[in-house]
Amino acid sequence: MTEENGAPGADGQEPSRRDFIYIAAGGVAAVGGGLVAWPFIDQMNPAADTLALGSIRVDVSTVAVGSEITVMWRGGPVFIRHRTEAEIAEARAVELGALPDEEARNDNLPAGTPGTDANRVLRPEFLIVKGNCTHLGCVPLGLAANTGDYDGWYCPCHGSHYDTSARIRRGPAPENLPVPDYYFETETTVKIGLSPEEADNSGWAVS
Amino acid sequence: MSGPSTYNPSTGIEKWLDERLPIIRLGYDSFVDFPTPRNLNYWWTFGGILAIFLMIQIVSGIVLAMHYVAHEDYAFESVQRITRDVPFGWLIQSMHANGASFFFVAVYLHMFRGLYYGSYKAPREILWILGVVIYLLMMATGFMGYVLPWGQMSYWGAMVITNLIGALPFVGEAIREWLWGGFSVGQATLNRFFSLHYLLPFVIAAVVGLHIWALHVPGNGNPVGLEVKSKKDTLPFHPYYTVKDGFAIIVYLMIFAVFVFFMPNVLGHADNFIPADPLVTPAHIVPEWYYLPFYAILRAIDFGIGPIDAKLGGVLAMFGAIGILFVLPWLDTSKVRSMRYRPLTRWFFIFFVVAALGLGWCGAKNPDDFVLGIEGFKFIYLAKFLTAYYFGYFIVILPVLGIIEKPKERPASIEAAVLGTDKA
Amino acid sequence: MKMTRIFAAAIAALGFAGSAAALEGDQHAPHEHHWHHDGPFGTYDTSAVQRGYQIYQEVCASCHSMDLMRFRNLGQQGGPFASDMFPNPNDNPIVMQIAASYTRVWDQDEVNDDGDPVERAGLPSDTFPAPFANQQMARASNGGAYPPDLSLIVKARTGGENYIYSLLTGYEDAPEDSHLAAGQYYNPYFAGGAIAMAPPLAEGIIEYADGTEATVEQMAEDVTTFLSWAGDPHMEKRKQLGVMVLIYLLIFAILVYLAYRQVWANVKH
Repeated sequence: MTEENGAPGADGQEPSRRDFIYIAAGGVAAVGGGLVAWPFIDQMNPAADTLALGSIRVDVSTVAVGSEITVMWRGGPVFIRHRTEAEIAEARAVELGALPDEEARNDNLPAGTPGTDANRVLRPEFLIVKGNCTHLGCVPLGLAANTGDYDGWYCPCHGSHYDTSARIRRGPAPENLPVPDYYFETETTVKIGLSPEEADNSGWAVS
Repeated sequence: MSGPSTYNPSTGIEKWLDERLPIIRLGYDSFVDFPTPRNLNYWWTFGGILAIFLMIQIVSGIVLAMHYVAHEDYAFESVQRITRDVPFGWLIQSMHANGASFFFVAVYLHMFRGLYYGSYKAPREILWILGVVIYLLMMATGFMGYVLPWGQMSYWGAMVITNLIGALPFVGEAIREWLWGGFSVGQATLNRFFSLHYLLPFVIAAVVGLHIWALHVPGNGNPVGLEVKSKKDTLPFHPYYTVKDGFAIIVYLMIFAVFVFFMPNVLGHADNFIPADPLVTPAHIVPEWYYLPFYAILRAIDFGIGPIDAKLGGVLAMFGAIGILFVLPWLDTSKVRSMRYRPLTRWFFIFFVVAALGLGWCGAKNPDDFVLGIEGFKFIYLAKFLTAYYFGYFIVILPVLGIIEKPKERPASIEAAVLGTDKA
Repeated sequence: MKMTRIFAAAIAALGFAGSAAALEGDQHAPHEHHWHHDGPFGTYDTSAVQRGYQIYQEVCASCHSMDLMRFRNLGQQGGPFASDMFPNPNDNPIVMQIAASYTRVWDQDEVNDDGDPVERAGLPSDTFPAPFANQQMARASNGGAYPPDLSLIVKARTGGENYIYSLLTGYEDAPEDSHLAAGQYYNPYFAGGAIAMAPPLAEGIIEYADGTEATVEQMAEDVTTFLSWAGDPHMEKRKQLGVMVLIYLLIFAILVYLAYRQVWANVKH
């Protein structure tokens, strides 16, 4: 009857072959526990059908000069405005220093790129931005209702004014409306939402 | 718990906590230092296995509920979406569906262990009854869970089982309609089954807590069926039984993994890959395998007795087959717990196991088919015979044998049995 | 007697119960066919899945829908047109090309500014086009019989692949005593023998893109392989992970068993 000696570490001696087995078994258990957690975490990531809708193709040929459309992308609005020459000129005339947010906020360009109008559009006539106010997520009003004091967009929730490059000019919003990943597949079709493999910045001139 | 607590808080924090909420002490006394008979064999590992599977089912179920849509138009598709599009959804769905079967395998082995070694006898009647309650809750949970994928078997299984309720006199029809929330199994039924299927596992977990509590008052039974007499009869639960249970759990998980990864649909039914159609009944409806013995008992009663017609009789027999387990502790008149020392009863028990498995076989077959192709020997006849034996075992055999049987000589104590100093 | 032995005896006594379930009436049991994806290490024969898709497209799709399939599935990991260059199946050019080859109204809820449903070229996220708008229309066009959806057909039939293969290759001349209604054909592998589907495959009805000879057996095998994949697209990943999990559990079991022996070494029990 020496059962006490059977218990691990009961005799308080140096680690032996016996202890090695306990440590190994415990280690394997810990690794297994960690691995088995992964599927249960990963399952909450977007599913394949959701990812399949992660990009959309939009035909912009029907958007007349001086008008805009709102399309649904990843569960929220994207503004596509076909700007007039006057609007483009107005956006380009703004000094960087006059902007509350001097960054381009353009997913196609590296962070920290200056927020000139040229850095926010691929083709000057088409401005494409995500349509949730950077303050608290409301959808700003546009051409149809109220363009605000800077001829762009006006957010009625808390009074943010955006200009014709969708940059914040006045109000509580901290950042410019962000530009999503996109490129023109054809002259009139724009693909919004790209996989990393597709991301191609060559068309974007940083200035 | 038996005996004074041996927990000694070793750090200041433990001591501080122990004076306020002695939860570590509770865990220590219940699962570390708990005195456990030294002679438990592998049949005693199924309790731990069941605890693990309850956890697997709850965790995987919560995850599935994040993606499942309880709507008659989308339920089937949403389950398919889980297996096709959700990251690792195929794995989690397979774990949950096969997990139910493995849960039932373990619970049946656990119950047979209890029947063989007399674990239901005084002072463990409440422990046994709580176990039967858990089993009933599992049956209800499993049944409602099987309805959720809304395939043909889901739908028609729900139809058949809910129609059983309609057999009750006077109130049957009203209760059935109340269960359905409509004039047939439909959207309302699906939605409430989903709600209840989510709720019941937590009720099970609570009753499991009571079950373990009721276990820790008298302590474990054991293969020789003698009560613990001295400290020499026991070992601390940890590390002796944690490591033994752990080994059994891993081996059981290996078998589980073979099913989950290599034959995920073997225990299911092809018809459940067809979306539910209220206008077409599958060629023959079979419930999940773990209900088959009771399904056979239901169908075995195809005759009326006095005012009870065949339909009601079947329903009563089916529920009676489970209900009789509640009174088992008082039906078995023998003073001897373990069948090791009951030479006669043991043979009747062996045949009881065969009968239970045989009823499962009958449940899977068309009642009018011939057993092994023997002309004239219909499954319904076999089912009737086995049903009679099932009830006879509890109502006649156990009470009578307990009185007339002369048990074998038993060892003086657990220690004596282990050391072989007093071999029976 | 130990309880273990009692169980062994009980299960042995029931061993005969495992005999294969007899099929009703005169229905023939499907013949055993060897499949590339059989067994714990079996993988889909990708070229067979590709050919099978061609058969589905050119033969089956005129009557049978596959409502659970999206074009992107063809390019996903394990799919027939999967490509390492395009880990995102939605960008796979073959998939995009197949999808774009269908122009139709994909979704009645997808409307233009006038509120009319939009007709457009397919996208990888679109569902395989269904031949009929609803079950009634399908029945009306098929003499009252409803051609079942094929997304899960292999899983939804007892016998699985072997059943589908046997059915496709099993058409026979009707025996004298069979009662076939108009528009029914005799197939002994089908329950009841009378099937409303005309023999779908005939020697050389299609020309395989890869030049394989289009015999009935070849086509049946290919399309069945495709349907197996469609019903269980993650099979290969499932088996691979299963092997790893079992190896892990085996090592774990050995270590815990050694620990168990160690702990109990000096205890008689």
